[in-house]
Amino acid sequence: MIAFSFLHVEYLLQAALWTVILSLVAFVGGGSLGFVIALGRVSPSPTLRRLSSAYIQVVQGIPLLVVLFITYFGLAIAGFSLSPLVAAGMSFAVYCAAFLGEIWRGCIEAVPKTQWEASACLGFNRFEQLQKVILPQAFKIAIPSTVGFMVQIVKNTSLASVIGFLDLSRAGQIINNSTFQPFTVFGCVALIYFCICYPLSALSKHYERKLHVSNR
Amino acid sequence: MSAIVSIRNLHKSFGPVPVLNGVSLDVQKGQMIAIIGRSGSGKSTLLRCLNGLERVDSGDISVCGHHIHLHDKLNLRQLRQQVGIVFQSYNLFPHVTVERNVTLALTTIKKLASAEAKKIAREVLTLVGLQDKKDAYPEQLSGGQQQRVAIARSLAMAPELMLFDEVTSALDPELTAEVLKVMEDLSRQGMTMVLVTHEMAFARKLADILVFMHQGKVWEIGPPDELFAHPKTPELAKFVSSDL
Repeated sequence: MIAFSFLHVEYLLQAALWTVILSLVAFVGGGSLGFVIALGRVSPSPTLRRLSSAYIQVVQGIPLLVVLFITYFGLAIAGFSLSPLVAAGMSFAVYCAAFLGEIWRGCIEAVPKTQWEASACLGFNRFEQLQKVILPQAFKIAIPSTVGFMVQIVKNTSLASVIGFLDLSRAGQIINNSTFQPFTVFGCVALIYFCICYPLSALSKHYERKLHVSNR
Repeated sequence: MSAIVSIRNLHKSFGPVPVLNGVSLDVQKGQMIAIIGRSGSGKSTLLRCLNGLERVDSGDISVCGHHIHLHDKLNLRQLRQQVGIVFQSYNLFPHVTVERNVTLALTTIKKLASAEAKKIAREVLTLVGLQDKKDAYPEQLSGGQQQRVAIARSLAMAPELMLFDEVTSALDPELTAEVLKVMEDLSRQGMTMVLVTHEMAFARKLADILVFMHQGKVWEIGPPDELFAHPKTPELAKFVSSDL
């Protein structure tokens, strides 16, 4: 049995970096795709609405674990051998896009119809309405639910260990296997997760307050 | 005088419910037309047809040279720069300042430089008596002030025709007075205005022509004093007498 040491903490921090990287890929990739999906959901075109709605329903109906298996093992059999990071990044982006798309659609629709009407009456076209009037208001509404979802995703990245992705949870498991000090090891892991998630929540509160002053 | 609005035999239904049943009406440049009538008589719908917010089913309607009934050829963007509308619920943009509310359309649609747009904002806000509130956000203003900003926002686009849809209905008498004062000033400056209103005294005093709508039709039309003093139909007589 090896004693839990500073070297282990360093190992955990390295793994935490991968957790952060995967989370960022999930936000950026999922956020970009999710934004397109949300716009599709509120589009005047029935085809676009149906397509984005179908995407959301399909992805929301599949467990994230299965999405990971499909991209990593499924694509490998089909001849696309991906590294765990790429496979996990893709899976999380696909998964996040469905949820963020639906969350943001709700936020866009939460802006009163009269705002569309008032801007239309001034001569704004649809793009200008979204850009200048609707999205800035939807953005404020979206902050709490988006950050809440982001915090969930940071924690869910631990699922990526099933395809061999060495994240914070997996690193904790490996260390515990050699040190047998679960309380210390996983206490450390929990603390690091908290240190990643807490600033997100704090930042959200800060922006909410800041935007609240100028927009209620 | 030339007709800025010309409506002939306008029909419009919402699903199976007919709302406008053959409305005909002309508005000359510089006139103030006040439309009164019960709820559901079609007056707001008529107003909303004038800037293309509602599609008409049949009939001819031309506003500032645009043929609104020809939906496919209609240049809505151009029309809406020429026709301003103010709503009962103000509908200001809550996320920007009073000044930005006014300049947003100027910089976005008319592509004016910021300085130029701000100059116009100063002018129209002075006109409605709110130049000192330019940095405030809508929520920091009273209902009457918000409504005056809404009027200024429309005026900034230099419209040829202004539509007012029950703009004082959500305001208490004191705030109503300050909004009506702005509208009176506008009218005196020669703005062509069509308003749907429940302010009978205001309509009687200032409107050039009063229109009483009933069951989707122009039931009676004429100079306000005449209509108020000698209603020709029992419907108008009843409507006028209920307003004490």
